[in-house]
Amino acid sequence: MASIARSPRSLSRQGIWGSNFIDRIFRSSTLLLALSIPVLMIALLVILSVMSAPSIHYSGWRFLTASIWDAVHSHYGILFAIYGTLVSSLLALLFAIPISLGAAICLSELAPRWLRNPVSFLIELLAAVPSIVYGLWGIFVLVPFLRVVETWLGERLGYIPLFQGSVTGYGMLTAGMILAIMILPYITSVSREVLTAVPSEQREAAYALGATRWEALRGPVLRYARSGIMGAIILGLGRALGETMAVTMVIGNRAEISSSLFSPGYTLPSLLANEFVEASDHLQTASLVEAALILVVITLIINSIARLMIWKAVKAGQTEARA
Amino acid sequence: MIHRSLSSRLVSIGAYLAFLLAAGLLLSSCRNSNNGATPIASTAATVNLSGAGATFPYPLYSKWFDTYNQAHSDIRINYQSIGSGGGIKQLMAGTVDFGASDAPLSNDEVKQMPAKVVHLPMVAGAVALAYNLPGVENDLHLTPEVIAGMFLGTITKWNDQQITALNPKIKLPATNVTIAHRSDGSGTSYIFTNYLAAISSEWKTKVGAGKSVNWPVGIGGKGNEGVAGVLKQTPGSIGYVELAYATQNKLTYASIRNKAGQFVAPSIPSTTAAAASAVEPMKKDVRVSIVNSAGKDAYPIAGFTYILLYQDQKDATKGQALATFLTWAIHEGQQYAEPLMYAPLPSAVVTLDEQALKTITLNGKPIP
Repeated sequence: MASIARSPRSLSRQGIWGSNFIDRIFRSSTLLLALSIPVLMIALLVILSVMSAPSIHYSGWRFLTASIWDAVHSHYGILFAIYGTLVSSLLALLFAIPISLGAAICLSELAPRWLRNPVSFLIELLAAVPSIVYGLWGIFVLVPFLRVVETWLGERLGYIPLFQGSVTGYGMLTAGMILAIMILPYITSVSREVLTAVPSEQREAAYALGATRWEALRGPVLRYARSGIMGAIILGLGRALGETMAVTMVIGNRAEISSSLFSPGYTLPSLLANEFVEASDHLQTASLVEAALILVVITLIINSIARLMIWKAVKAGQTEARA
Repeated sequence: MIHRSLSSRLVSIGAYLAFLLAAGLLLSSCRNSNNGATPIASTAATVNLSGAGATFPYPLYSKWFDTYNQAHSDIRINYQSIGSGGGIKQLMAGTVDFGASDAPLSNDEVKQMPAKVVHLPMVAGAVALAYNLPGVENDLHLTPEVIAGMFLGTITKWNDQQITALNPKIKLPATNVTIAHRSDGSGTSYIFTNYLAAISSEWKTKVGAGKSVNWPVGIGGKGNEGVAGVLKQTPGSIGYVELAYATQNKLTYASIRNKAGQFVAPSIPSTTAAAASAVEPMKKDVRVSIVNSAGKDAYPIAGFTYILLYQDQKDATKGQALATFLTWAIHEGQQYAEPLMYAPLPSAVVTLDEQALKTITLNGKPIP
C-alpha cells in the first residue's frame, strides 16, 4: 500500500485514516464487506427466531425434550433429531480422524516425494463429489455391503446393545460411514498443510537429540501442529453436522432414538429437507423453522467450544515455545 | 501502480463502471428481443398465466401447457413444481394464478384462504403396493387387514398365517417384513394414509391421515425414488409408490381386495373405475377421498390431483384464459393422460368439473 511503502512514521502520525482518498474508500469498503458476514449471521438468527415464534409458544421446552414428530396431531419434539445429528457426526469423526491423520502424516512425512502431490490431489477430489452422488453410491453400494457386515456383527456380538436389532442396512452406522468419507478430504488436506508448515528446525532439533522418526513426530511436530489439526477436525465436524442429502438417503428417516447402530434414525438437516417443501400447516412450518434455529445454535455452540480448545492449545504451544 | 494520480484512478473506475453499465444494457436488451413480450404483465397480445404446486402431475401438465400453447400461441402458462404445500402457499399469497395439489385443502386451509377456492380434479393416480420378495412374482394377494397389520407393525414375518392364507399357491419365506414409507410430505402418502384410515380404525386413531404422518414402523425414503431404492435393495420389503413409478421401474406390486371383495391390481382402467364409483359423494364436496371405492373393478388406493383457483378472478383476461384452458384440459387434454401413465377422468367427474367451471366469475360477472 502506498502509505506504508512511503513512510511508516507518517502512518503512525495520521492514524488509521490515511490522507489518501482512495485509501479511505478502500478501508471503509473492505470493512463494510467484512462486517456484512456477522450482520448476515445475526439477521439469520433474528429471522429464524421470528418465524419460529408460533412453535416456541405452542411447544415450549417440550420441543427439545420430547422425541416425536406427528404433523397430524400436532405434536413436535426434536430430541431424536438432535441425538441423530450429534451421534452421526461423532461416528463420522471416529472413523475419519484416524484415517485422515494417518494420511496427512504419511503424505507430509513418510511418503516418497513423487507420490505426495498425486495422492493429495486424489484425496481432495473426494470433496468435489456432490452430496447426492454420495447418497446414491450409499444406497447402491454401501447399504448392501453394510447389511452383510451388520448381520455378521449382530450374530457375533449381539449381546452388546450397539449391535442389536433388525438389520436393513439403512441406519446410523451407514450414515456415519458416509459422513466419514465426505469429511476425510477436509481433515486430510488441512492437516497435511499444517504438518508441512511445521518448521524443519523442530524436526532437526528432535533428531539431534536422538529421537526416532516416530518420536520426532509424536513430540515436537504434532505438538506444534496441534491447534491446526484441531481446526481441521472442527472443519470436518462442521461439514458433518450440516450434511443433508447423503445422510437423508441412507439413514432410514425414522423419528426415534435407539441404542443400536443398526437402527434407522433422523438428523436435523434431513428432517428439514424432507418436511419443508410440503408443509402447508402453519404450525408445522413454524416447528421446522424452530428445528432449523436449533441446528444453527448447536453448530454455533460446537464451533465456539472448538475455538476455545484451539485458543487454549495455541496458548499452551506459545508457553512451551517460550519455555 | 501505487504512484498513479487520483484523477487517473478516477478515470479508470469510471471506465469500469461504464463498461458494466453497457454490458448490463446489452444483456437486458438481448433478453427482450428473444421473447417479444415482457414476462410479467399481460398485454392484449399475450396472456401469461402462472401456476405452482404438485410434482406428481408435472409431466402431464407440462405436456398440456406446451400442446395448448401450440394451438393458442397467445396464452402462455408457466408452472413451478415446488410441491403441493408450496402451491397452496403461493395461491394464498396471490403470487400465482392457480395452484396444483395432490391433497385437497383441509377445512382449516379453506378458512385461511382470502377468498373462495374452487377445486378441480384433473386426473387420477393409483398408489401401488410394491414389494421385494425374491422368487415371488406379481400377483401377491393382500387384504386391507393384512396391509394395516404390516404397516402398524403387528404382522412382522412374511410367512405369517394371515398372508399365507391368502396366497396358498405362493411359497412365502420366513423373512422379516420391512416397511418402506415416504419420509417427505407427499400426496402419495396422503392417498395411502387415507386408505389405511378408511379400512383400519386402529390406524385412524393411532396415526391418522395426512401428507406427513408419524409412521409406527419402517424405513423412510425420500421421494418415490427413495422408496423404490429401499425396495430394490432390501429383500422382504414392502412399500407404496405411484403406479407410474412402479411400472417404469419394473417393481412387483400386489393385488388388493377392494370393497366389493375382488382382488384388483393397480392399473389405469381400475383407477378410472375407482374415480367413477366415487362420483356420488363428490357431488356434495368434490374434495372427498376416493379410496376404498365401491365399484366392482375399482382399485382401492387411488386419488385425484387437483388444480385450485379462486372462484372470483380479479383479472378478467387471465380469468377467461384460465377457464378456457381448464375446459380444454378436462376434455381434449385427457387423451394425453394415459400414455404418461395417469388415469383420465371418468365422464361423470368431467361433468362435475364443467359445473364447477361455470361458477367462475370475472370480478363478479360470469364468464360469457
